[in-house]
Amino acid sequence: MLTLILRELPRIFTNPMTLTRQDVEKIAHLARLSITADEMPVYVTSLSSIINFVDELSKVPTQDVQPMAHPLEGQRQRLRADVVSESDARDKYQGNAPAVQAGLYVVPRVIE
Amino acid sequence: MTMLHTLSISELSARLARKELSSVELTRFFLSRIERLSPALNALITVTAEQALQGAQAADRRRAAGENGPLLGIPLIHKDIFCTDGVRTSCGSRMLDNFIAPYDATVVARLKAAGAVMLAKANMDEFAMGSSNETSYYGPVKNPWNTAKVPGGSSGGSAAATAARLTPFATGTDTGGSIRQPAALTGVTGVKPTYGRVSRYGMIAFASSLDQAGVFARSAADAAMVLQVMAGFDPKDSTSVETPVPDYSATLDEPLKGLKIGLLREFFDGLEPHNAALIQDALKVYRALGATTQEVSLPHLPLSVPTYYVVAPAECSSNLSRFDGVRFGHRCEAPKDLMDLYKRSRGEGFGAEVKRRIMTGTYVLSAGYFDAYYLKAQKVRRLITDDFRAAFGQVDLLIGPTTPTPAFDIGAKIDDPVTMYLNDIYTIGANLAGLPGLSLPCGFVDELPMGLQLIGPHFSEAKLLNAAHRFQTATDWHRHTPRGYE
Repeated sequence: MLTLILRELPRIFTNPMTLTRQDVEKIAHLARLSITADEMPVYVTSLSSIINFVDELSKVPTQDVQPMAHPLEGQRQRLRADVVSESDARDKYQGNAPAVQAGLYVVPRVIE
Repeated sequence: MTMLHTLSISELSARLARKELSSVELTRFFLSRIERLSPALNALITVTAEQALQGAQAADRRRAAGENGPLLGIPLIHKDIFCTDGVRTSCGSRMLDNFIAPYDATVVARLKAAGAVMLAKANMDEFAMGSSNETSYYGPVKNPWNTAKVPGGSSGGSAAATAARLTPFATGTDTGGSIRQPAALTGVTGVKPTYGRVSRYGMIAFASSLDQAGVFARSAADAAMVLQVMAGFDPKDSTSVETPVPDYSATLDEPLKGLKIGLLREFFDGLEPHNAALIQDALKVYRALGATTQEVSLPHLPLSVPTYYVVAPAECSSNLSRFDGVRFGHRCEAPKDLMDLYKRSRGEGFGAEVKRRIMTGTYVLSAGYFDAYYLKAQKVRRLITDDFRAAFGQVDLLIGPTTPTPAFDIGAKIDDPVTMYLNDIYTIGANLAGLPGLSLPCGFVDELPMGLQLIGPHFSEAKLLNAAHRFQTATDWHRHTPRGYE
């Protein structure tokens, strides 16, 4: 199977799907990730190579195939009775918070 | 006393039952082994010595009061992906370096209720993303068989600790092979149950339709005892299944006469000669045990790696969006505004592989690309799953190698993501289809362990453990210990 995939790799790279720096900047913004100028070229290269690799899927015939979201076919989302089952543990959970005031999480001003 | 690390879980349990040994003595023994041997492997992130001794004392008290469960007083190590109340849970990441979990994962709670004693939290690839345990914020884990080599990943610390006999067993998780692959590279037995068999509550999520908790042990018999406690319905996990849990230990010794084993043609294409020879030897053992073998083909299986590397990053980009520097985890210094808070906290908190996968996921889910990538991958996932279903119409279990090669050098593959991804070539299919898989030691290549993989239909863990155990009564690969850890 390894040979099968390795045989395919040259074909993928003769028609490379390359992402541009602008593409990666846009993706990083959507993902709320800061990427420094130094790091950017490495991410452009590696993301291009990954997208190139997964492009193999575009050649697979899938008309009339239902997408599969997870392996549990037929499982329904379970519901439970609308009764209180947890107790207030806010102080315990806020023990991990970077900044807390009066039981609220403190963040930079959002509303002008 | 000095040989306690060579005993199986049932042998340790018997000694505890006969009061030849207390859990405190046993725990102290493993803690001292950890102190001596773990640093050279970098297998552990947090050693919980004080809590371990308290847990051991509690187990001894329970035993004195008349309890006698199979895991009562037995030490264990948890992969640092499981939330452990009051104990740092880092997920191998700077993002959670300061995170003290405020609750126990269900897996942790069940093992604690059974009286098992937590020694430590194991090192792992960051957020479970990796196949070599080289992406951890806490540094790479070394393979005890050869410390210049990787132990595999992402559960590299759990695997290395089990192989080095620092613990009778360890928990792990497997999303694309992260239990089976490191088990193969470190010469131990690793089990990934059926998706939905073990609760994911409190297990930090990577890819929610693929993640599953499992176990590392030095034999299928030991693994069966642990899986018995871990498995079962949990109302706190929406994807937990109500299928009853059989007695895994009761059927370990069933004869294999009539067992139909399928050799995956796609697994054998291009297999290295040494690897192929080990698998052929293993098949001879199975035939001698009464099983029959036949070739089966899963024509879409070669697509499993590209399928996974669309689905898993997509799911991870969603799951890791909760790490935003607001309520927990790393926060950058002096954020200018909310956007800066998010971007720098996440940019600083996550390592390169995690950022790569988040961005891959973001791309394949983004407007204009969703149909071409994510939806497409979900369709191919169904084709792969259907191939497995068809195969299980002809055979009871599938067999093949767990990895293409034995352990590779630390640093050899970390710079090229696609080369690294191909290490999961034999394991990923089972995750996509939600099937149970097991890796057991089957020999050595260049003095490094190799693993045999068994894959079964949904909820066939008992059959997998039975087939693995029978192999382990006819061979002794699983009894080999790395030099220096005997």
